[in-house]
Amino acid sequence: MLDKTGIAKRIAKEVKDGMYINLGIGIPTLVANYIPTSLNVVLQSENGLLGIGPFPTEQEVDPDLINAGKQTITMMPGSALFSSAESFAMIRGGHVDLTILGAMEVSENGDIANWKVPGKMVKGMGGAMDLVASAKHIIVAMQHCSKEGASKLLRQCTLPITGIRCVKKIVSDLAVLDVLPEGGFKLLERAPGVTVTEIQQATAGKLIIEGEIPEMVF
Amino acid sequence: MINKVVFGAEEAVRDIGDNAVLMLGGFGLCGIPENCIHALLKKGIKGLTCISNNAGVDDFGIGLLLKTRQVKKMISSYVGENAEFERQLLSGELEVELIPQGTLAERIRAGGAGIPAFFTPAGVGTEVATGKEVREFHGKKYLLEAWLRADFSIVKAWKGDTTGNLVYRGTARNFNPMMATAGKITIAEVEELVPVGELDPNYIHTPGIYVQRIFQGKNYEKRIEQRTLSK
Repeated sequence: MLDKTGIAKRIAKEVKDGMYINLGIGIPTLVANYIPTSLNVVLQSENGLLGIGPFPTEQEVDPDLINAGKQTITMMPGSALFSSAESFAMIRGGHVDLTILGAMEVSENGDIANWKVPGKMVKGMGGAMDLVASAKHIIVAMQHCSKEGASKLLRQCTLPITGIRCVKKIVSDLAVLDVLPEGGFKLLERAPGVTVTEIQQATAGKLIIEGEIPEMVF
Repeated sequence: MINKVVFGAEEAVRDIGDNAVLMLGGFGLCGIPENCIHALLKKGIKGLTCISNNAGVDDFGIGLLLKTRQVKKMISSYVGENAEFERQLLSGELEVELIPQGTLAERIRAGGAGIPAFFTPAGVGTEVATGKEVREFHGKKYLLEAWLRADFSIVKAWKGDTTGNLVYRGTARNFNPMMATAGKITIAEVEELVPVGELDPNYIHTPGIYVQRIFQGKNYEKRIEQRTLSK
């Protein structure tokens, strides 16, 4: 079973040279720490920056430089700054190659729910609906089950959805899965020490298992 | 050049009355018009509709106007950092319209650019689509969204000149440039007000045509929400 760092490390392996990437808040933000330095990638922050750098030192802290999670950041050499309208133009226009975000639920046809729990405080969708509606490739970082043990990989989402038929890949604490265009979670890899049976028990939606399922390699 | 300088925040907001529709720039607490928010607080006007990506925190930004119950309605994309906001929302004292962030940015841009409506994929198949026209283009579904405009747009820039040309700094730009175009009256507060001719025309972000009033703000706090340092 993977912890949050493990999920981030495994997702980092999906990153390819030359990609422009938008990272969501939470585990997706951690992915930046594990992208090999040999790859040239550019991280987009939807509040108006291409080229997110590392977190600043005490001396470098600048209140005019934050990421979408409102954390202080720095800029890489070659960065570009722009307005929120320009930012979402590049997102909707399909110029961002990869979007990595968290989810509360994903359905077997690729619907994602990650913005609202009825009866609880509604904080808003932020940029999530724009991102999922337009991204060329979406990888979801999530826990396979709730704290109570209920599966979050479902036939249909029970929570209000953020976008339809958009998730392509999931990296959970238990497995790596593709969401197939015709529907269904195709099991690709098991987390270290996790059995196929355990993944089957934790997946409420249609799970497709073909041949031997390898354990993740880091 | 036309001179748009006013003495300060109080003069800039002098004719904003009860029930006005305002746009306020900023993302989180980054790039918010601190001086004008304090002037609105002091003025005590009520029933405001505030179009702003976020709603500040309990004791800073738009949160200050929520505390004094000067805000009737918020139009935002994310409002999660504010306990007083939550209380007013749950008790029904405050109306809230939540809009996907890119749609919010584009509705404001459209308002300033004279485009009354446009189609966007964000929100298709979700509750955001309720009551909206859906149309298919090239095999994909899109929602019809209308422009947003305001009685007053209040923006914050880094530098500005006396004729209203503006330059923003870092990610404090965010919603400010579009909002500057979408207000009947646009008020700009800047950290540094310079004479005409000092800003390089090649690097102006907001041309002065959009700005009606400008002043140099003071005592900027620029509060940081999540001070995160490298290890």
